[in-house]
Amino acid sequence: MRIRKNLSLAALCLATVGLHLLIVATGTQFYLTQLTMAAYYGLVVIGLGVLMGYAGQISLGHAGFFAIGGYLAAALTTRNLQPFQEALPVRMLDCLGLLATGQDIYGAALLTVTPWAACVLAVLAAALVALAIGVPVLKLKGHYLAMATLGFGTIVYRILLASAYFGEADGIVEVPAFPLLPAVGRFGPVVISGDADHRILNFYVAWGILILGIALLLNLIGSRVGRALRSLHSAEAAEASGIDTGRCKLQVFVLSAVYAATAGVLLTHFNGGIGPGEASVMKSVRYVALVAVGGMTNLWGTLIMGVGLTFLSLRGVFGAYDDVVFGAILIAVMLFAPGGVLSLRLKEFAYRLIPGGRS
Amino acid sequence: MSGVDHGQDQEPLLALHDVHKRFGGLHAVNGISFAVATGSIKAVIGPNGAGKSTLFNLIAGNLPVSSGAITFRGQEIQGKKTHQIARLGMARTFQNIKLFHGMTALECVMVGRHVQSRSGFFAGLFNLPATWKEERAIRIRAMELLDFLQIADLAHVEASSLAFGQQRAVEMARALAAEPKLLLLDEPAAGLNIYETAEVARLIATIRDMGITVLLVEHDMSLVMDISDEIVVLSFGTKLAEDIPASIQKNAEVISIYLGENNED
Repeated sequence: MRIRKNLSLAALCLATVGLHLLIVATGTQFYLTQLTMAAYYGLVVIGLGVLMGYAGQISLGHAGFFAIGGYLAAALTTRNLQPFQEALPVRMLDCLGLLATGQDIYGAALLTVTPWAACVLAVLAAALVALAIGVPVLKLKGHYLAMATLGFGTIVYRILLASAYFGEADGIVEVPAFPLLPAVGRFGPVVISGDADHRILNFYVAWGILILGIALLLNLIGSRVGRALRSLHSAEAAEASGIDTGRCKLQVFVLSAVYAATAGVLLTHFNGGIGPGEASVMKSVRYVALVAVGGMTNLWGTLIMGVGLTFLSLRGVFGAYDDVVFGAILIAVMLFAPGGVLSLRLKEFAYRLIPGGRS
Repeated sequence: MSGVDHGQDQEPLLALHDVHKRFGGLHAVNGISFAVATGSIKAVIGPNGAGKSTLFNLIAGNLPVSSGAITFRGQEIQGKKTHQIARLGMARTFQNIKLFHGMTALECVMVGRHVQSRSGFFAGLFNLPATWKEERAIRIRAMELLDFLQIADLAHVEASSLAFGQQRAVEMARALAAEPKLLLLDEPAAGLNIYETAEVARLIATIRDMGITVLLVEHDMSLVMDISDEIVVLSFGTKLAEDIPASIQKNAEVISIYLGENNED
C-alpha cells in the first residue's frame, strides 16, 4: 500500500518533469501559464474530492472558500493601511514585522501586509469560516447540504460584488508577487508571480504544491482518521464503532476549505489579481463536476481530470460554451459513469494490454 | 451459568430502570427494567413489534429515551451520543448488516479498532512516524480477529461483495475489535442455516468465555435456549417475563403469547 502510494507520487513527479520537457521540445512554452493555473485549480478539486468522495459530503460553495483566500490575500497585500496606522491590529502586525512599505502607482507611501502574513491570515480566515458554517450546515444531508453550501457560495459572491473594499465587479488588481523562499547561495529566490521570467519556476512551484497536496491527502486516507472518514457513508455503524461522525465531517470540511483557500491565495499572486467570477456559483459547480468526472472515490482520477479539463478550459478549447461543457459533463457522468470516467471499461482494456495484469 | 451467580453480588454491567419510549401515540417501550450481569449472556425475545429493536436502539444511543434511566458500567448513558457510549465499551452488530462501502473486510475490522487507538487528524495527514507502530498494531489485531472468525483468507476482499454469513462474521469481528465490555447482537442468526446458527451459538459462548458480556435479540429459539443465561420476554413494549431458559420454556403466559404461536417471521 505504502509502496504503491510512493511509486504513484514518484510517477507524478516524473510526469511533471516530462510535461516540461515535452513543452520545451515542442516549443510551446506558452502552455506553462495555463498548466500552472490548472495545478492550482487541481488543488481545489482534490480537496473537494476527499470531502465528496470519501466523507460523502457535497459542497456547492467551494468557490467561496477559494475566493475568501484569494480576495483576502489580494486585499491585504494591496490595500493601504497608512490611514489605520494607529489601529491596534495594524500596530500588532507592525510589531511582528509583518508589514511592508512600498509606493503606489502615484508614488504615495503604501503600507501593506507582507504576502506570507497575508497568506496565513487568508487561509486561517477561510478555515474559521468553514468551521463556523460547518457546525450547523454539516448536520444536513444530501440535497439540504448542497443547498446550504450553495447559499454560502452565493453570499460570498454577493459580498465581493457589493463591497468597494473588494473592488466590486472589477475585483482586485496589482497584487504583488509572493516571495515564497528567499535566495539561498547560488539559488535565486522562489517567487510566485506571473512574470514571464519566472514561468518555468512557477510551473514547478505549482506542481510541487499540488503533489504535496495529494501526498498529504493520500496519507490521510490511509490513516486511522481516514478510515473513519470513509466509514461516514454508513453513519450508524460508524457511530457504533465509536467514531464521532460530526467531528469527522467538520475536520475534512475545514481541510478542503483550506485547500481551496490556499489555491486561491497562490493563484491570485500568480495572476496578479482576482475577480468576482472566481467566487461565482458556476465555479463551484465546475469543481463538483470535476470531482464527479474523476470518480468520487478516486483521488488520482480527480487529479487527472481536474487538471486536464481545467487546462483545456483555460486554453479556451471550449470557447464561449465553457460553462455549458462543464454542465453537460456533469450530466453525462451522472448518467453513464457514476464511478468517474476512469472507472469505465478503459481500465479493463488497459489491464488486457499488460501481460499478467488483472482481467 | 457461573457468570450469572458471580454477577449477582456485584453491580450489573448494564441496567435499565423503567425505560419508556413513545413514538407519537405508540408506546413502543413501556416501563422496561432489567439488568445484565457481568460475564453473562442475556437474550431479549418477543414477537415482532414487541419493541426489541427499539430497546436496542435506546441502549446503544441511536434513539433518545422518553423517560427512565440506563446505566452502563455505573454511568447513566441515556442522553449520551452513540459514539460516546461506544467509547465506554459497548459494541454492536446490526440486524441488516451495515458494513462500510468500498472497504475490504480487513479495513472494516480496522475501523472497529477506532476506540482502541488514538492517532489524530494531523498525525494522519503528515503520516508521522509515531502513528506507524499503532497502525501496524491495528492491522495485526484486525487480522487476528478475522482469523478467529475463520475468514482470514477473505481479508482483502471487498466486504460488500462477501456472502451473507461472511458479512455477519466481518461485523462480529469489527465489534470485537473494539474490545467491548458489552456486545449487543441484533439477531445474529437471522438469515443463517442451522449449521451456521450452531456455529454462531458456539461463537457467542466463546465470546462470553473471553470475558465479554453479551446481550442479544434473537428469533431463533434453539439458539436462545441453548446459550442464554437469562431471557427477557417482551410483548407489546412491556416485560412479560425474565428468567432462566428452563423456566421461560415452562411459563404458560410466554408459551401462549410467543412460543405457542406459529412464529414465522
